[in-house]
Formats: sequence, C-alpha cells, structure tokens
Amino acid sequence: MGIAIALAGNPNSGKTTLFNVLTGARQHVGNYPGVTVEKKQGRCVSGIDEFHVVDLPGTYSLSAYSLEEVVARDFIVKEQPAMVVNIVDASNLERNLYLTLQFMEMGISVCIALNMMDVAKKRGIDIDIAKLSSLLRLPVVPMVARTGKGRDDLLKTVADHAKTRTKSLKISYGRDIDEALDEMVEKISSEHFLTDRYLPRWVALKYLENDVQILEMGKEQNPQMDAWLSSVARKLTHHLDTTLDTHPEGMIADQRYGFITSILKQGVMTCTRNKNRIETSDKIDKIVTHRFLGPMLMVAVLMGLYQFTFTYSAVPVGWCEDFFGWLAGRVDGLLSDGLLKSLVISGIIDGVGGVLGFVPLILFMFLGISFLEDTGYLARMAFMLDRIFRLFGLHGASVMAFIVSGGIAGGCAVPGVMAARTLKSPKERLATLLTVPFMNCGAKLPVYALLVAAFFSENQARVMFIITLISWVGALLVAKLLRSTVIQGPATPFVMELPPYRLPTFKGLAIHTWERTWQYIKKAGTVILGISIILWAMMTFPRLDTATMADPAPAGTQQAAAWQTGEEQVDPAAAALRHSIAGRMGTALEPVTRLAGFDWQTNIALVGGFAAKEVVVSTLGTAYSLGNVDPEDAGSLSERLQSAPGWGPITAFSLILFTIFYSPCFVAVVCIAKEAGSWKWGVFSMAFNTLLALGVSIAFFQTATWVMS
Amino acid sequence: MPYIQLRQMQVDQTGTIAGIKARGELGTRLRDMGLVPGKEIRIQGKAPLYDPVSLRIMGFTLTLRNNEADHILVEVN
Ligand SMILES: Nc1nc2c(ncn2[C@@H]2O[C@H](COP(=O)(O)OP(=O)(O)O)[C@@H](O)[C@H]2O)c(=O)[nH]1
Ligand SMILES: [Mg+2]
Repeated sequence: MGIAIALAGNPNSGKTTLFNVLTGARQHVGNYPGVTVEKKQGRCVSGIDEFHVVDLPGTYSLSAYSLEEVVARDFIVKEQPAMVVNIVDASNLERNLYLTLQFMEMGISVCIALNMMDVAKKRGIDIDIAKLSSLLRLPVVPMVARTGKGRDDLLKTVADHAKTRTKSLKISYGRDIDEALDEMVEKISSEHFLTDRYLPRWVALKYLENDVQILEMGKEQNPQMDAWLSSVARKLTHHLDTTLDTHPEGMIADQRYGFITSILKQGVMTCTRNKNRIETSDKIDKIVTHRFLGPMLMVAVLMGLYQFTFTYSAVPVGWCEDFFGWLAGRVDGLLSDGLLKSLVISGIIDGVGGVLGFVPLILFMFLGISFLEDTGYLARMAFMLDRIFRLFGLHGASVMAFIVSGGIAGGCAVPGVMAARTLKSPKERLATLLTVPFMNCGAKLPVYALLVAAFFSENQARVMFIITLISWVGALLVAKLLRSTVIQGPATPFVMELPPYRLPTFKGLAIHTWERTWQYIKKAGTVILGISIILWAMMTFPRLDTATMADPAPAGTQQAAAWQTGEEQVDPAAAALRHSIAGRMGTALEPVTRLAGFDWQTNIALVGGFAAKEVVVSTLGTAYSLGNVDPEDAGSLSERLQSAPGWGPITAFSLILFTIFYSPCFVAVVCIAKEAGSWKWGVFSMAFNTLLALGVSIAFFQTATWVMS
Repeated sequence: MPYIQLRQMQVDQTGTIAGIKARGELGTRLRDMGLVPGKEIRIQGKAPLYDPVSLRIMGFTLTLRNNEADHILVEVN
C-alpha cells in the first residue's frame, strides 16, 4: 500500500501537468461515483516510496455550490488521503491561497506545490519560500511542473510529512463571528454533531456560511442541533445586517483574504516590477477580443477547428472504412449465405466499424479543442459569445459543441456532445447536450442532398442554406424551451478566469486527447455494439419465408392492397424488410405519419436512420425496391421518388424538417446518456426530439397543403 | 471620491471595491474569485456586445456579466 495523496488546486494552476509529471503513463481515468466529474488516478514511485495519486477537480474554493467543489471536499473527508498536495500558482499567489486556507481550516495535512515559479520570476515576483512555509506552518516546494523541476523534492517532502498530523488553522473572523463560533463549537463538540467526519469549528463555519450540503446532513443527523445552530446563525446574520450592513459569508471571505494579505505583506512576496505593467497576454487580448477583429478571428478559428477535425480525420476514417469493408468482403467469401453471415457482416462488423469509425473524428476534435483550451483561447471565445448564447439559457462556451456537431454543415453530434465537456455550468451543459443533435451532421447531408436534388433542383444552395438556418434557430429555441421547463433555473454565474495565453506542450495535448478517446471506445463502444446488433435484428426478424410470401402484410393500407393485386413489382429484399419488426413499426405508424406526408417506406427508412442518419437513404432504396443504393450517389432513388405517388416538394421538405429534429442516432444517444450521467436524458432526447419533429413536420405539411390547395 | 456600480466603469478605469451586495451562490462565487472590499481593480475590456466585462484583480483577469457586475460597488480613482 503506497502513500495516498490527492492533488488539489485552482483551475489553470498546472494540476494536470503535475499529475502527468508524477504518474507518467501509469494513470487511469474514471468518474467519481454517481457524478460526471472526471476522476484521474495514478501511481508513482520515488526511491523506496510508492504513491497513489488522485487528481481532484480544479476549484477556487470549497463551497457547496458546484459539483466539483463538493466532490473535492467529500473525497478528502471520506477517503482521508495521507496528504493533500495543493498546487499553488506562484504568479497568482493571493487568490490561490484562498483555497489553501480552506483546506487548513478543515484540519487536513496540506503541502504546497508552488508551481509556475518560472512565470513568477519572469513577472518580477519574488517569493520567500522559507518565510511562506513558516508563516503558514506548511511544507512548501517550489516547482516548474511543465519541465518537471521540483518533482523529486515534492515527493520527498510528501513522504516526510505524510504521517505528521497538522494542527488546523483558526482564523479570527472578528468579535461577533468568533463569539458565535465559540458558542457553537462548544455544543457541537459535546453533542458530537457531525464530528465523526468534520472538525467542530468547520461545521460551525459552514452553518454561518449557509452551506446547503452540511445543513442537510445536519438536519438528518440531529434536527434539534440543526435548528439550534441555524437559529444562532440567523441571529448573527440579523445582528451583522443591522450593525455593519454585512452578512456572515461576506465577513468570513473578507477575513480570509485579510489573513492572506497580512501574510504576504510580511516580506513573503516582493514585486521587483511595476504591478500595473501591461502583460503580453493583455496586449494579445486587445486584438483577440477586439470589437471587430475579435469576432472575425473567432470565425476563422472555428472554421479552422472544423477543417482540422473533419478534413484531416478523413484519411484515417477512410482507412477504417476500407479495413472493415475488406473484412466484410473476406467474411462474405468465407461464410455461406444465411443468418450467421448477415449477423456477422451487418450486425457485428458494421457495428464495430461504426464504433471505430468515429474514433479519428473524436481524436482530432479533442486535439483541436484541447489546444484551444490549453492556450486560453476557449475562455476568450466564451467571453465574446456569452451575450448571445445566454439569451437562450446557454453559455458562451456552448459554441464549440454546436460547431462540431454540424453548426457548419457536415459535423458530427458524437464528438459534438463530447465537446460539451468544456462547459462547467451544469444546467447550460445539459441544455447544450440535448440541442446539439439538431445541427446538420455529415450523415444527414446525404438525406438532404437526395431530397433537394429530387425536388428543389433549381434552388439547391438556397434550400441548403435554409436548412442550416432552421437547425440553428430550432436548436437555440429548443434550448430556451428546455431551460424554462425541464432544466429550469437561473443562469450559472459567469464569474470566470481568463487565463494568460500559454503555449501547450505536445505531451499534455497527447495525453489529454488519448485519454478521452479511449474513454469513448471503452464506455460508449460496448453499448453501441450491442445496440447495433439489436437494430440489425429489428431489420431482419421475423424473417420472411415462402409461406408468408404468399400471404403478405397484415395492415390494410393502400400499398398492401396494391402489393397483393400485383400493381407494383416487389422484390424480395423490400418484402423482407417490410415483414421485419422495423417494417411493421413503419406500417403501423403510417396513419400518424400520413399527417406529415410520410408513407410506410419512409417510416422504415426513418427507423433505420436511428442506426445512422445516412441509412435513411439506403433503407429508402430497399423499401422502394431499388436494391442497394449508395448514399453518396443516389440518382436512381431520386428519380424514383419524383415519380412515386404522394411525393412532391411539400412531402420532401416535411421529411427534411423531420430529419433535422428527430431522435439523434443511437451513437449520439449513448454519448448523451454517458455525458449527462443518466440514461434518463438519453431516452428523453429520443422521445422528445421525435415528438418535436413529428409536430413540426405535421404542422408544416398540413399548412403547406392547405395553402397550396 | 464617488461610489459607482462596476457596470458603469469605463475600459481602463481603476478603482477599489467598496462592497458586494450579492449573497447566495453569486455572492460566494464573486468572493471566491477575490472580489472582496479593499481590492483594487482595473477594467480590462468589454466583449464585442459590451457584455460581459473583463477586469484585472490581484494580478489575474476575471470576467463578469453586467447583471453580476451590478452587485459590485466601486470607489473609482
Ligand atoms: N510556464 C509554465 N507553464 C506551466 C507550468 N505548469 C503548467 N503550465 C502550463 O499551464 C497550462 C495549464 O496547465 P494545466 O496542467 O492544464 O492546468 P490545470 O487546469 O490546473 O489542470 C498548460 O498550458 C501548461 O503547459 C509551469 O510550471 N510553468
Ligand atoms: Mg486540468
């Protein structure tokens, strides 16, 4: 058993970099139980000591307002690591120590890894390490995580101090608060109220700070104590309000910062340069967030990211397709025709190919986004776009997910959904996850291309533009709708840091990208494979044998009648498809979908589209008895649709609308469920989107037919 | 010296925070990021649509929406 250490620190303090320096490749990414916050663990060895390292989420504080903060503090309390290594950004000491103080108040043994010493030096900030250490009574190790400098010192310090218990820090919060705290602490100690986990003074502080998590826990354990403590807190709040026009939370924060300032003033930190000097970062910001240049540059960057993700990944995606095509060809030769062959080729190989086909996309997308995130540009983008996205209950950083999903037509919702990880606000993030599938992903394009070529050949470009517009407006309006109904609640505060511009390291980018891609393969991959087999079964069973051939189709629709009387030539593939579960669903749904102008053939194709949107085209081909239709070259199908009964521009546009809005393909659904942390949201997106699409299509179809008649 | 709301400050204007009126989550977030009375700030820039605003405090840059900035009272220099 090694020494358990937890890394904690502010976002952008270099926590991930330090974690990578410590653990190298021996790391493993998962989630904290029950929440979507990422948990990284790893091992590292130095001399005779072995360490078990956990990377806590980056936080500025330890309040109960964000999931990250609750996760960090729960982990420390429940898992009791031997030491918390607190990464502190030396170039930003004052704010970083605010978190350090809160660890110290919890009575946890803390060691400071004073990172970014190179940056501090460049900015002319001189830090007296020995003095800082003695004033805080904590070990402090200077570091440059980026180069690995200080690593061994840090591990040695941790090994030396891990066993010593530190005394908790007691900050004076002024007479009024201190008196209340003392009174509360006495009773908390004698009643052993929550003391199995927390220090009495900390519990008392949390009551004064109105900490929801502790209040809830307290109420459950001892309602009487809870009521008493709350009444003390209320009295104090009232007193402070009338005498000083302030409140306990405010005073507590003031005093913490006051404590930090007093320490830094004792010669710990000296600035050898003018503090108000304009940093290089600020100069860059003058251009990058400029009123006119900023947005132009942003458009260019988004286009660049898009190109990078979808153009450069095309080659490896092609290899993937070629490989699985080749494999399918081999199996085709080896197995004799029949169920097994169909299962292996259409179920398993297509399924695995489908899972892995997304990998290059996801890899390139994360590489691009990690680069933008690590340089600091992502935060600027959120800053510039926030005003617009906020109108719809989203966040400035939502833009990434929308663009990658197909905000520029041709993206993909799977990496798009994953791109929403950069969003830290939970409600805005969920709304983003649920609306990005409305964008025009690359798989929807063949469907649009087919319909536009068949029915709008005069205005192709204009119709494509209208489609893009509808999907954006639709997505934003639905986001607004969701944020005012199922995901209600006020906007998460936008108080956000704009980190200084930095050049990311290749190693950092590579680890980050690989980790996330691997997670996709591992977590989503298995589920996706399973579902693709189920879908295969739905399109195959029950099978049509010669006996049923003579007595087809249960439903008494026109087409069935036409079929029996032999008005229409039906090939075996189309008949088998119609006989399958998917086919029956399509037929059964016809009375409803008729209102939107869709016949049963279209319905089956839409069911198939749940596997992947481009399947709509090939399934439509089969249903209209055209054999195998290549989605990339659907000229024959286009002609067939033009002459098919019931088809016309109105039906076509109704189907386009339906395709924009209906259920995401199941790969995206699986990803939504994984990213949202609950299957509930995966199911919601399937049901809600399909109903919405049906509503929109029916409304359009009925209105358009009425207007035209 | 006059007190004004942070929202009214011009780019490059400096001042000292005089008070934070927000409580609850927003108040906590603001204070966690160092927006407490006595700290000096400088308005760094505004987003293209004049909202949010970015400001410099304790040597780093922070962004705030205008409706959040309304809770902050500043004594301008
Ligand atoms: N100059 C310098 N840059 C660093 C140092 N440590 C990390 N960085 C850079 O700071 C940025 C943020 O680091 P990261 O580890 O992602 O921070 P996190 O948000 O705390 O995980 C990255 O671009 C790192 O390369 C350091 O000691 N010196
Ligand atoms: Mg990180």
